[in-house]
Amino acid sequence: MNIENLFLMRHELLLIAFAMVVLFLEVSWGTKSKTPIINISIILFGIITLIGFVPAETGSLFGGSFVLDNIRIMMKNVLNIGVFIILLQASYWLRTDDLKTRISEFVILMISTLIGMNFMISSGDFLMFYLGLELATIPIAALAAYDRLRNRSGEAGIKLILMSALSSGILLYGLSMIYGTTGSIYFDEVATRISGNGLQTMAFLFFFAGMGFKIAIVPFHLWTADVYEGAPVSVTSYLSVISKGAAIFIFTIVMFTVFKNLAAIWHNVLYASILLTITVGNLFALRQQNLKRFLAFSSISQAGFLLLGVIGGNQMGMASIVFYVLVYIFSNLAAFGVVGAISNITGKENIDDYNGLYHTNPKLSLVMLIGLFSLAGIPPVAGFFGKFFLFMAAAEKGLYILVLLAVINTIISLYYYLLVVRAMFLVKSDTAIPHFKNDTTTRISLLLCVAGIFVLGLASFFFEYIRELSFGM
Amino acid sequence: MNILTLLIIIPVITVIAIMFSKDLKQARVVSAIGMGIQLGVAIFLMFSYLAARKAGDTTEMLFFQDVMWFKSLNIHYTIGVDGIAVAMILLTGIVMFAGIFASWNMEFLSREFFISLILLGTGVFGFFISLDLFTMFLFYEVAVIPMYLLIGIWGSGPKEYSAMKLTLMLMGASAFLLVGILGIYFNSAPQGGALTFNIIEIAKVQIPVEAQRLFFPLTFVGFGVLGALFPFHTWSPDGHASAPTAVSMLHAGVLMKLGGYGCFRVAMYLMPEAANEMAWIFIILTSISVVYGAFGAIVQKDLKYINAYSSVSHCGLVIFALLMMNKTSMDGAILQMISHGLMTALFFALIGMIYGRTHTRNINEMGGLMRVIPFLSVCYVIAGLASLGLPGLSGFVAEMTVFVGSFQHADTFHRVVTVIVCSSIVITAVYILRVVGKILLGPIIDEHHQHLTDATWTEKISTVTLILAIAAIGIAPLWLSNIISDSLTPIIDRLTLLGH
Repeated sequence: MNIENLFLMRHELLLIAFAMVVLFLEVSWGTKSKTPIINISIILFGIITLIGFVPAETGSLFGGSFVLDNIRIMMKNVLNIGVFIILLQASYWLRTDDLKTRISEFVILMISTLIGMNFMISSGDFLMFYLGLELATIPIAALAAYDRLRNRSGEAGIKLILMSALSSGILLYGLSMIYGTTGSIYFDEVATRISGNGLQTMAFLFFFAGMGFKIAIVPFHLWTADVYEGAPVSVTSYLSVISKGAAIFIFTIVMFTVFKNLAAIWHNVLYASILLTITVGNLFALRQQNLKRFLAFSSISQAGFLLLGVIGGNQMGMASIVFYVLVYIFSNLAAFGVVGAISNITGKENIDDYNGLYHTNPKLSLVMLIGLFSLAGIPPVAGFFGKFFLFMAAAEKGLYILVLLAVINTIISLYYYLLVVRAMFLVKSDTAIPHFKNDTTTRISLLLCVAGIFVLGLASFFFEYIRELSFGM
Repeated sequence: MNILTLLIIIPVITVIAIMFSKDLKQARVVSAIGMGIQLGVAIFLMFSYLAARKAGDTTEMLFFQDVMWFKSLNIHYTIGVDGIAVAMILLTGIVMFAGIFASWNMEFLSREFFISLILLGTGVFGFFISLDLFTMFLFYEVAVIPMYLLIGIWGSGPKEYSAMKLTLMLMGASAFLLVGILGIYFNSAPQGGALTFNIIEIAKVQIPVEAQRLFFPLTFVGFGVLGALFPFHTWSPDGHASAPTAVSMLHAGVLMKLGGYGCFRVAMYLMPEAANEMAWIFIILTSISVVYGAFGAIVQKDLKYINAYSSVSHCGLVIFALLMMNKTSMDGAILQMISHGLMTALFFALIGMIYGRTHTRNINEMGGLMRVIPFLSVCYVIAGLASLGLPGLSGFVAEMTVFVGSFQHADTFHRVVTVIVCSSIVITAVYILRVVGKILLGPIIDEHHQHLTDATWTEKISTVTLILAIAAIGIAPLWLSNIISDSLTPIIDRLTLLGH
């Protein structure tokens, strides 16, 4: 191993360096106002995101425990884009009086989790996988409890850490069984030695349950609503987009490589959990009044749609997952961006509070409309293409009934997304949220989201590129 | 540039121009100019199509263009038209143009109204020119979703309920459609080779019959819901009654035709074996639509509900005629689509104008309107006569062709349903004449109706455009019928040769 090999870890190393710089700034800044730190961070992180797209060589490190191939680079870049938008959206909130002394804390914690996710995605064995997973999880709990003057934020943090600990335990138990039956932790070796005996099936189920917590698959989803509601908006959007995306990326890779011999078993498990996840997520979302809870349940159902790409086990499946996560980042962050902006200025988070919003804040309402339509999968925005490709991936395997039930569920989801549209556009209200102007960073982030939502679908380049990099079972 | 692509670009440019307009006056002028140009392009398309056919061009689709979109999935932007599509585009152009003038005084959020309306139109134009199932499906949904805002914001009565019901039912139908399209795609190359969404390519192969049995009903019902197929027609009366005038016109006049058009262009054309096998089920359902819709119109008191149920009946007749699967009846089906499109648009326009004056749509609260607003009343009578099939107007030509065609079947089943469906003509006459007698003739019931003003110039443009088109089809039906029947040949061939 020589120094050039370290370039394979450029995403991780850059992020570590970035975190160091922010820490250094924090220490050396002295007693002056620390608000410029967020702007510096945003610019630096933007540069890092761009560097990620520079083509470079691929390979593996540390005897195969760290793997980098083109689809993994793409996955990391997708996550980087998401975090960049979240930083933009968090900027206003971080500069409020209670929090402005602790900006660097927020940035560093968020970057630490991102580093963990990058290692997790690049893992070539279960040890690296687990290390990455834990590094990704623990700082999120601190982030959820970041707004420490609010009880609910603390509650969200403690719930998240307890649930994560439990799910990690289950996951580790499964991994220990895998090691016990195959004698290896390396993905390649494990894949060839899995024959599908009882203990290995059990190991898979434990692994599935552990990952189910992270992705929030029904019936392992119960933590999400409370945590999402309690955590600050930026953290909620991080949890529902980046955290979920990273978990589903590595889940797909592990299913396609390590557990491919168990396909007959996981096919049925996934079939049932997809239906449960989509349906339960939708049915609960129908009843929500608080927009953060509403988006939490809708994101559970979105995770179910993502699993449609896994069940196909084909190249199309992986491509559509990565593509949909990319689309989902822009769509969901558009919605969360608006919710966050309104919550920052007025503190209002309920659907009823949005009555008549179009008449006072037309631009925000339109961004929300576009974001929600993209989430619901209405053409011509990107969500339509993303969902269509996921359905195609499952239909390629002949799972037409599953696809039909999933598409019918998109109609249910359309109903509750339209409820928000109804509040904003149809209902007239004397107590509508008065007109306000957003700060520049929020506006840039929303503009980015809207541009992404329109461009990603209509320009075929992005999907084609991702599909070329993907692989099937 | 391809003239068909122009049909999508003009509305999009119009929408962008409306965004920059300041108030109602500018927005409506921009819309009228945009849709005027669009109508001009549609008429020009008609004549260049005729010229090309006259010059001996016998390819199935003219103005064909094929642009690769998603290469790895073989999704193309493929466009092209045959005579049927040209006729439907012309219909859409006329109704859109009339619709803009019918909503000339839309004060509330006028920019947003015209933008949504024209976006809806873009979807419809895109649908009719598409030859690729993916883009066709995309445009289908683009045409449906603005309805939610259009009815929800500018509608009347229980508008939120109607808007939600209509959107969810039509999008639910598109769920079936999506699975049907995916099924067609993955069975589009039974002998191996590249899978395709291209309708022309798929029509050259035979989709395995087992797959057809699964996907034909999904696709047919998916489109059928939009064509108000019983028992999925319930969105239609509520939706039409609550929608603002121009939207009712466009929706009943054009959007419901998307259903019938899709039924034969996609479901029956691509899966002829299953279509022959299962036709009887849908024939029964559409017969119910026709008769039930007509009876429904008899008992209603609200003018819009009467016309909405009448639309269910007439659109049921379209699908009924398509399922008869011979040249005469399918020819009649297309004629009926166009005739009903114009006639119902005229009806809804007039109802909107009458309602704007009397502030009621209840037929028991009106009477003797012929004396105070003679222009609108005469137009209403003309629309009514076209609807009940008076010779010389478009409705007669269409219905006559349909019934002649469907009676050509010699077996008892087809004969019996034809007789039953024929009875709807009588029922139609009952509800049309009842309304005409009640609201137009007789004494003036309401004192306030003494001083109503007759049609303004914009309203006259709107109604006269539609009446001219209706009369043109009625007087010279062969002209239109010839364009259609040439284009029907490949579809009929496939349905009869492969099916038996």
